[in-house]
Amino acid sequence: MISAKGLIKRFGQTVALDGLSLEVEGGSVFGLIGPNGAGKTTALSILATLQPPDGGAALVGGRDVAGDTAGVRGLMGYMPDFFGVYDGLTVYEYLDFFAGAYRLPGAGRGRLIGELLELVNLGGKKDSYVDLLSRGMKQRLALARCLVHDPGVLILDEPASGLDPGARAEMKEIVRQLGRMGKTVLISSHILPELAEICHRVAIMENGRVTVSGTVDEVTAASSGARLIFIEILEDAGGLAGILGQRRGVCLAGSGGRWIKLFFSGSKEEQGMLLRDIMAGGYTVTQFHEVRRNLEEAYMAVTGEGDGRVQ
Amino acid sequence: MFSNPVLQKEMRQRFRTFRTPLAISLYLLIIGGLYLGYLYLRWHDMPGYYQPGRGRDLFLTLSMVQLIMLAFVTPGLTSGAISAERERQTLNVLLVTKLTPMEIVAGKMISSCSFMLLLLLSTLPLYSIIIIYGGFSPGQMMGGLGFYLITVLLFGSVGMACSAFFQKTGSSTVAAYGIVCTIMAGTALLAGFIYEVGRVPGPGPDRIPLAVQLLLDLNPVLVMLRILGENAGIGQGRDLALPYWGIYTVFCLLASAALLAWSAARLRPSATRAGITWRQ
Repeated sequence: MISAKGLIKRFGQTVALDGLSLEVEGGSVFGLIGPNGAGKTTALSILATLQPPDGGAALVGGRDVAGDTAGVRGLMGYMPDFFGVYDGLTVYEYLDFFAGAYRLPGAGRGRLIGELLELVNLGGKKDSYVDLLSRGMKQRLALARCLVHDPGVLILDEPASGLDPGARAEMKEIVRQLGRMGKTVLISSHILPELAEICHRVAIMENGRVTVSGTVDEVTAASSGARLIFIEILEDAGGLAGILGQRRGVCLAGSGGRWIKLFFSGSKEEQGMLLRDIMAGGYTVTQFHEVRRNLEEAYMAVTGEGDGRVQ
Repeated sequence: MFSNPVLQKEMRQRFRTFRTPLAISLYLLIIGGLYLGYLYLRWHDMPGYYQPGRGRDLFLTLSMVQLIMLAFVTPGLTSGAISAERERQTLNVLLVTKLTPMEIVAGKMISSCSFMLLLLLSTLPLYSIIIIYGGFSPGQMMGGLGFYLITVLLFGSVGMACSAFFQKTGSSTVAAYGIVCTIMAGTALLAGFIYEVGRVPGPGPDRIPLAVQLLLDLNPVLVMLRILGENAGIGQGRDLALPYWGIYTVFCLLASAALLAWSAARLRPSATRAGITWRQ
């Protein structure tokens, strides 16, 4: 549904996108993750037809974002990271204006707007002035605006930024519901655990290109060649930690009285041999298992933003 | 035209707030105060004394004050049309709809011009005072109204183009006033300069260069005075086929069309790549 190949965008000497490529399947929720300045907003604004790329090509719903802007706009809803609202308009008038801007017929707009407001939990705010709404409500209203022409594709740039936890949870649930409705959603965010919950696939961006892409599990695995392994023994762990620390492919992550955490970069066979050697050394192993890393740790490992980077 | 969603929204926003009646009241207060003050000064020392020529003076005074007010208000109305959308971060969501850039520009332009027309119409009661004194023809009054309308179009288009070019409304407004000031005074000053430079001393009527004739025909103050029957210009004779008001009308319409089309082109996605944007 969304396809970008080798997108390049420069602002003067700054390269915002450096050959960005990504594929978003129809009906899926796709998360775009990356540090500030990675090029997420630039990529989304190009896909939303707001600026042309300097190189490469992108298709939304099979239409070229640079050549067929009107066609793309008809089947896409876009929510920018920062946006304002108009003073002196009620919630109903605001959505009615955008319904007109998408050339929807006047008849039936009232019912449509009512349904959209129910979807985003603003049913009781129909006659409120938009500039008086809270930030969370404005974000949800913006989402309703994106949906006014029933687009198949939604491009949401940091839709939950600046929201309190309750409002974020509400936004997450709405996005999840849009996914269930069959919409193709491309969403960028910094709130990684929430993205991990709602996205079918994610991509991590850095320096204007996608570094890792796939399902949350795939990205988590691909973010590091090493697996985090937890070992519990009946004996004192200090001696074993010293031995394992010398072993090739092992990097100690921590140890306590009777437990050790380590990163192991070998194959599954070598992992089995590691367990066998520990037991052969006379240690009684009560636990030996991989610890599943979350998306946030994977992101830190890929972008090098935290201590989770595994050499 | 009235189905344009931008126009409907702008009208709804503009006429809903208390600022609109306040602006009309202020406009009338200023223009009426100046006019009635002038009226008082002309008559306070000669009560009961009537001179038909005084009615004409009043009409000229009111028309001049109206033109100056119009030059102040119109660019101010349009110079924030696009830049304010940028500053408020509402432009991008507008651009991803099915509205064409020209529809956005036209909606905002018509809304601003409508408001200006309302201001002009609200001054009609002041003109009714002049009608009591006479001294001008209905044709001159209608000509004056037509002149105001096309001048509003020109000044509004200048403001719109500045708004599309500059990122900030403050810069846009300053630039729009600068251009309007140049049109109002600069054309006459340049015409006078060219005339003086090219003038050959000696007997016989002066030959007025074509550039001077054109510049005089583009100056709103001089055009308005000529519409009202005043001899405002340099020398005699004319080489242009169109009358002065024809030249002015054609200039205003063509310049406005070009400025509005350029403003719309600035809103297209490729504009930032192909053109120059003043970021201040």
